[in-house]
Amino acid sequence: MIELDRLSKTFKQKNGKDVTAVDAVSLTVNEGEICVFLGPSGCGKTTTLKMINRLIPPSSGRVLINGEDTADLDAVTLRRRIGYVIQQIGLFPNMTIEENITVVPRLLGWDRKACHARALELMNMVQLEPRHYLKRYPRELSGGQQQRIGVIRALAADAPLLLMDEPFGAVDPINRDAIQNEFFQMQRALNKTVIMVSHDIDEALKLGDKIAVFRGGRLIQFDHPDTLLAHPADEFVSQFVGQDSTLKRLLLIRAEDAADDAPSIAPDTPVEQALEAMEEQDRRYVVVTDAERKALGYVKRRDLRRQQGACGQFLQPFKVTAAHDENLRILLSRMYEFNSSWLPVLGADGLFLGEVTQESIADYLSSGRSRGKTSIVSPAANAGAPAA
Amino acid sequence: MAERYGKGLLGALAAAALLALLVHWIGLNVIRHYRDDLQFYLQAHLFLVAVSMLAALAVGVPVGILLSRPFMARRAERFMQLFNVGNTVPPLAVLALSLGILGIGDGPAIFALFLASLLPIVRNTYEGLRNVPASLKEAATGIGMTPRQVLLKVELPNAVPILIGGVRIALALNVGTAPLAFLIGANSLGSLIFPAIALNNQPMLLLGAAATALLALLLDGAVTLFSRLCLERGLAR
Ligand SMILES: Nc1ncnc2c1ncn2[C@@H]1O[C@H](COP(=O)(O)OP(=O)(O)OP(=O)(O)O)[C@@H](O)[C@H]1O
Ligand SMILES: [Mg+2]
Repeated sequence: MIELDRLSKTFKQKNGKDVTAVDAVSLTVNEGEICVFLGPSGCGKTTTLKMINRLIPPSSGRVLINGEDTADLDAVTLRRRIGYVIQQIGLFPNMTIEENITVVPRLLGWDRKACHARALELMNMVQLEPRHYLKRYPRELSGGQQQRIGVIRALAADAPLLLMDEPFGAVDPINRDAIQNEFFQMQRALNKTVIMVSHDIDEALKLGDKIAVFRGGRLIQFDHPDTLLAHPADEFVSQFVGQDSTLKRLLLIRAEDAADDAPSIAPDTPVEQALEAMEEQDRRYVVVTDAERKALGYVKRRDLRRQQGACGQFLQPFKVTAAHDENLRILLSRMYEFNSSWLPVLGADGLFLGEVTQESIADYLSSGRSRGKTSIVSPAANAGAPAA
Repeated sequence: MAERYGKGLLGALAAAALLALLVHWIGLNVIRHYRDDLQFYLQAHLFLVAVSMLAALAVGVPVGILLSRPFMARRAERFMQLFNVGNTVPPLAVLALSLGILGIGDGPAIFALFLASLLPIVRNTYEGLRNVPASLKEAATGIGMTPRQVLLKVELPNAVPILIGGVRIALALNVGTAPLAFLIGANSLGSLIFPAIALNNQPMLLLGAAATALLALLLDGAVTLFSRLCLERGLAR
């Protein structure tokens, strides 16, 4: 856990005037979370980040890591415990890729074997073939590959905290997407606490568990991405998140959150009873579940008309379904693709959780509800999830 | 890769052709005649160059490093100007000055050569270090290197191309100036050249001059090769 407590920085300029680059910023990032610093150019993101590893000494305020004031630590010791990715990648051209990756472990006195093993492990993590790349020099790699190396270099010594200054800035959009996903999976697997600077709202929404919006050195809003989109603190934030903020929210909302509490019936329910219930609720279909609430399929009102017996014999399999942790953007796309007005939402073991319909989505978006701090999800986690 | 070797091969061929031409021009019998002298003075020449160059490196690189440190930032430029003014003094005058202070012999000659070689080394060390991108230094500091480690592991290795450039300039200057040491009583290839001028002995003059030039080229090539192979790996050129 990392805590900034009224952190401020005032630069003395040559003309004698003072510039307050960072003004009393307080925020807390919990362990295993990604916090994104977002804001226009010159708003103090980099300065704040560099005060955490004391590349810039704070004018006032404190930085606490796991409750410990970092001002009491030696700066070099502190930095070796914090992974750092600078905006310009900053690989050392005079060192091979392997040497670059293992810089910090070597500073920490790891033996050669351990360093090599670590380099192999990390290269595999970002899907770069160690045999091809370890002995090469940075300039022999593409920009995207260099950026990957920059990120795994910061991970090499297994520092629990990672500071990244626009780490994915230097790659083209297609590669950026891939690296972001890769990074996200890595971060989740290793449970790193990450503070990342970005000026790209989409990147922030995609990766951030929390987003800190800066303006002129002040922290304007510090919230979960969905809260940020649903309830921007002021005009500035709402302009910054863009006019399509509602569409962006689709990415952040999971199926289970937007599902309604649609009824379901057992397979042995008599047809008349089912028809009556549908009539009453003005439904044209109803989902059929077993005794454990596992979804079996659904029955249509049209099929039951003037029929006898149990509903089970008219059971139809689902054309498409939604997994509980898929985001609404994927679901909407699927609904249009299959021309379906509703999707049953299924839990991990096939449990029926409710239905997502156009109305339930609209209801959720306009309800003012947002997931707040709990149940964090990022669309990157679902990238490539199979369509049901 | 192939291109680089091709270039090297071409260079070697050109050098060999030039050498053959020179040998032909001077005449094999002349070379045979002066072989012992040539060997002796070449050794003496190399001695002057080696000692003065090593001393210049030993002093120049640390001074360059010192000037490039942040706490010197404001004074460094003024120091460099001072050095630059110093460099406009011709080598012959430096030699004469050295003679005036230290007398005659190898010592004063080495001191004068040392002074002449110092400036390019200081200047290029300083410039080389200043040209290391700030982002590299920031990355190095940010991942937890001490200032000393930043200097040794990141700054110096990345300043090498410019630093070596300075060494090459100093070396050419040094080898070219060393014959003048004859004038203050130190042995060098100048001991072939100056008497030859006095005696109007064309072949001997040619031999001394050619040997000096060839030595300069060879040493330059050796330094460049060494730097490329051992120090500049991975650096763009
Ligand atoms: N060393 C310095 N001396 C004086 N002013 C500075 C210094 N460093 C930064 N500033 C000022 O502090 C403010 C914040 O700078 P900072 O680098 O933190 O911005 P940023 O949010 O990272 O911007 P960007 O997105 O462009 O990187 C800017 O107005 C900048 O001019
Ligand atoms: Mg910045």
